[in-house]
Amino acid sequence: MKKLLISFVLVNLLAACASEKPKEPVAAAPEPVPVVTAPAPAPAVEVDPLNDPANILAKRSIYFPFDVSAVQEADKPVVLAHAKYLSEHPDRKVRVEGNADERGSNEYNLALGQRRADSVKKMLELGGAKASQIDTVSYGEEKPRCTDHNEACWKQNRRSDIKY
Amino acid sequence: MALRVLRGMLGLLLLAQASVASAVLSIEIIGAGEHQIPVAIVPFGGDARLAQTISEVVAGDLQRSGLFRLIDVAGKSPHELAEVSYPDWQVRGADALAIGTVTAQANGRIEARFRLLDVVKQIELAGQAVSANDDQVRAVGHRVADLIYEKLTGDKGVFSTRIAYVNRQGRKFSLIVADSDGYNEQTVLAQNEPIMSPAWSPEGSHLAYVSFETGHAVVYVQSLHTRQRLVLADFRGSNSAPAWSPDGKQLAIVLTRDGSSQIYLIRSDGSGIRRLTFSGAIDTEPNFSPDGQSLLFTSDRGGSAQIYSMPVGGGQEQRMTFGEGNNFSPRYSPDGKGFVCTHFVNGKFYIAAQDFQTGQVETLTAGGWEKKPSFAPNGKLILFASEARGRGILATVSSDGRVQQHMFTQSGDAREPVWGPHL
Repeated sequence: MKKLLISFVLVNLLAACASEKPKEPVAAAPEPVPVVTAPAPAPAVEVDPLNDPANILAKRSIYFPFDVSAVQEADKPVVLAHAKYLSEHPDRKVRVEGNADERGSNEYNLALGQRRADSVKKMLELGGAKASQIDTVSYGEEKPRCTDHNEACWKQNRRSDIKY
Repeated sequence: MALRVLRGMLGLLLLAQASVASAVLSIEIIGAGEHQIPVAIVPFGGDARLAQTISEVVAGDLQRSGLFRLIDVAGKSPHELAEVSYPDWQVRGADALAIGTVTAQANGRIEARFRLLDVVKQIELAGQAVSANDDQVRAVGHRVADLIYEKLTGDKGVFSTRIAYVNRQGRKFSLIVADSDGYNEQTVLAQNEPIMSPAWSPEGSHLAYVSFETGHAVVYVQSLHTRQRLVLADFRGSNSAPAWSPDGKQLAIVLTRDGSSQIYLIRSDGSGIRRLTFSGAIDTEPNFSPDGQSLLFTSDRGGSAQIYSMPVGGGQEQRMTFGEGNNFSPRYSPDGKGFVCTHFVNGKFYIAAQDFQTGQVETLTAGGWEKKPSFAPNGKLILFASEARGRGILATVSSDGRVQQHMFTQSGDAREPVWGPHL
């Protein structure tokens, strides 16, 4: 039994050593050979702009001032870009999730979160998306992204998320 | 004025012993009432372990009501009427004296016999035998405390009633029902999605609440006896803020199915839905008056969240709160003469009360993260959600604001508490 235990420990030790090995590559991988290309022709396959982190569509959160549910001027281009995308991709659907900070009652914040989701939905529709492409839900203050009692936190929680 | 008293009071600390079945770690009582009745509770004779628990429960109940001052019984321990020497207690300044015995019986039940004596008049005020299963020793204590409370104040005691609240721990939410002092917790529902707004049916047999388990806010009604539950409202959007009518036949709820949050009436079986408000603003948190004729609710129709009232049968809606700050979560007092609400001003939440006759709003607490007040069924205590040591806790304040109690649960954040009816 004792022997068994010792060998078990040994195996563990060996395994620990083994797991560290890959950190030091034995042989360097071959250097990638730079490929000189001719001026790029139009891409054969269009990349979905939703997956492009540099595209405005990568922004999926709309933020609100305290007790306000209207989409702010600065965020309108983001919402309208999503609206355009949805109108060009009628098979795509989104869920707009409204949230509130913790200042207010839980029920009032549920109502406020719903209004924040609805105001984003309305703007998506104005921008060309169909109502049937958009679902809304409110989490009120129930699913905070940040839980401290300060503005740095609250401003992250006053938010609508556009989720594809 | 309540504020000043609370801040100035030296905190009385009562550490209630944690029982095995309970997750309550400690109860702290802060402040003292103005006209407290001095009462001596002699630890019961008989089974020492049972007697110890009963004494603690009775003392805790009476203290947190704010209406009693416990007299030190040092050196004297009568258990029978014949052993009582009234002058002993007059010297100690007691107006009333409680004595008794508790025994564990062969059939697994416990029996407590107790007497409440008027020390000044030297007469017996009450005598009763209370019997219960041996796992309900705390319930026996609450019954004894209720009887003492009723005999000495003229109001019905609320110590045998229950409360409901939501406990949040990380992403886990639990709907809890517990004794009025936070002990004897039972989990009604536990899940990884939010639970909100529990509401007791008038008989205390059912809870209505909001659950997000299907991805959005849906109102359920659940029997506490059979555990069976009914989907009361699951319309498009949010379904929330259930409030029972006093006869238990219908509930006021809040739906967004027609746009913004508006108040609707629905029968308790989920049929017969009827829209009550048509503001286009946020109307939420309805609460029935004790006579069932009116509703108080929260609305931002005037630009910020304030309390309004309206007749259930339709008619003029009336704004109830004015002035600086916002107001939320109104609850009628059991006598219908006023209400409590959450008052938010300058970044702090307070528990506030308004009297309908004077229209005056009085803050009952010192301010902080104090939300969601509800009255005990006798109107003398108010339960609310507070925060201490970085955690959401349950708290009570006497209706005059003089005495507060903090109840610390073992873990997580307690929120959305609501006091149940007399059973």
